[in-house]
Amino acid sequence: MANLTMSPARARALFDRLQQNRHLGLVGLAVALLAPFITATNYALSVMTSALLFVMLAVGLNIVVGYCGLLDLGYAAFFAIGAYVSGILATRYGWPLLATAPVVIVAAVVAGIVIGGPTLRLRSDYLAIVTLGFGEIIRITANNLTITGGPSGIYGIPGIMLLGVDLSGPVGLYYTCVVVVALAVLGAARLGRSRLGRAWRFIREDEDAAEAMGINTYRVKLAAYIGGAIWGGLAGILFGAQLSAISPPSFTFLWSALILMAVVLGGMGSTPGVVLGAIFISVLPELLREAADYRYFVFGILLIIVMIFRRQGLWPARAMERQSRRDKRKAEEHDAREAKEVVP
Amino acid sequence: MSTPASVPLLRVQDLHLDFGGVKAVDGLTFQVYEGDVLSLVGPNGAGKTSAFNCVTGFYKPTGGSITLHGKDITGLRPSAIAARGMSRTFQNLRLFGELTVLDNVRAGMHLRLRQNALDALLHTPRFRRSEREATDEANRWLDFVGLRGDRGGLARNLPYGEQRRVEIARALACGPKLLLLDEPAAGLNYGEKGELLDLLQRISALGIAIVLIEHDMDLVMQVSRRVVVLNFGREIADGTPDEVRRDPAVIEAYLGKDDDEEEDTDEEMMSHE
Repeated sequence: MANLTMSPARARALFDRLQQNRHLGLVGLAVALLAPFITATNYALSVMTSALLFVMLAVGLNIVVGYCGLLDLGYAAFFAIGAYVSGILATRYGWPLLATAPVVIVAAVVAGIVIGGPTLRLRSDYLAIVTLGFGEIIRITANNLTITGGPSGIYGIPGIMLLGVDLSGPVGLYYTCVVVVALAVLGAARLGRSRLGRAWRFIREDEDAAEAMGINTYRVKLAAYIGGAIWGGLAGILFGAQLSAISPPSFTFLWSALILMAVVLGGMGSTPGVVLGAIFISVLPELLREAADYRYFVFGILLIIVMIFRRQGLWPARAMERQSRRDKRKAEEHDAREAKEVVP
Repeated sequence: MSTPASVPLLRVQDLHLDFGGVKAVDGLTFQVYEGDVLSLVGPNGAGKTSAFNCVTGFYKPTGGSITLHGKDITGLRPSAIAARGMSRTFQNLRLFGELTVLDNVRAGMHLRLRQNALDALLHTPRFRRSEREATDEANRWLDFVGLRGDRGGLARNLPYGEQRRVEIARALACGPKLLLLDEPAAGLNYGEKGELLDLLQRISALGIAIVLIEHDMDLVMQVSRRVVVLNFGREIADGTPDEVRRDPAVIEAYLGKDDDEEEDTDEEMMSHE
């Protein structure tokens, strides 16, 4: 108690325990829920809502890049598809925004199959180029079609209504985003710890060995792609609700790059890391407004510094597994038996 | 030759594999019967690993056919072949290094775990049950291969010999009828080789047929029921260890000519430990 200075080993152990804590997610949720009580200006709420959207995108891209190890440079395409599909249905056909979600999911799945189907047979570096092209194709298509509103895009996207409650104000939207994004983060983390999530990691580690274990790597990679597409598409709905107008310049390559940056900066494959990375990437430029014209210069320098000193990310994925007490005891008994057998 | 069953578990018929002008496998034919322990031996470059890769679907053979349980599996995806009851290890360890030892073994159970994405999202009882089963079974296979070391730690942190055990446990967790091991003794010291022999005998006692590629002749002679000798992609002998040992073609092609070189590499590997 009295000794506040900790040995590095003890600090490390404490940090490890903290990382494994199952309640960590709840702490994060509580912070998100309470943040508006600290500051609730429209500006602050808008920054925080954008940060939440960024978290959702980063967690979705993390399924593809972090878990499965597939480099995707066109992730904004799925985000755009979600935003456009829901925006068109809401403005032209008068659908409530929430009702567009199932259609957005279907559209995202189709897009995931269309882009993933032919390209996932390629090795990772080729895949990166193809996804880069896909991102541009979607943006340029949106720029040229009539239904997407061409270069001026879609405006007048309504806010979210739920059971007659108007959630379109900044506070309502923020809390809607908190709920949706919390579920998205939880869902992605749970998928990551399941049979499918393990299969993604096996592919990332060694595709041939995964295939030899009976894992159809093509289908499992496609599943990662589709998962990422769904997360991105749903984030697109919230994006439309926040801005009420979308246009092709909202979905440039810069977006794809920033989301990828959030994943790499936070720690690929690590849910808390990616959440932290997304908040870092989206909030830092706002905090740096003081630096005025030098804002993105300082931002870039900070990113470089982080990547030099913490290459594995702010909060890297840990693969350690705490064995249950029962399993540990059994293993120890087994080792003891072995030792006895070896010593004559 | 002891042939316990009439229908072979695995039948490789006139297998050909060309890389451009090089004939890596040139008309190889052999059968594996249930409960068999068959060794594939031959000098370096004889086409043993290429044959393995054809049989397990990693290479597409340019000719010939492969049948498992009487069904043609030529040209299927490796995962489809694994699903039909054949699993393998690799010549150079191919563990998932950044994942835990337990996760590595769970990979073998991928096909048998009954849970879907929805179960995982909602953490249904079925999800919890199948995860529990996966952990229990992974622990059982690690006990079976006699792993010493931290099962919750990263696979790459284990000593080399233990990593070899994990790879075998992972292959066993697939629940194979036929296990293909590519040089399992490479890099093991004398004591570890003895343990490997014991492990192979215990695997065989489970009723799993084994096909072994191995350079360690002591091990091959002790564990095999049959030995197939390859040279330049062709089979030059097939018989019991004793028959093969006395075969003049084998002595000339393999033991005679390459004897010195083989012993050198074995010694190198031992001193490596």
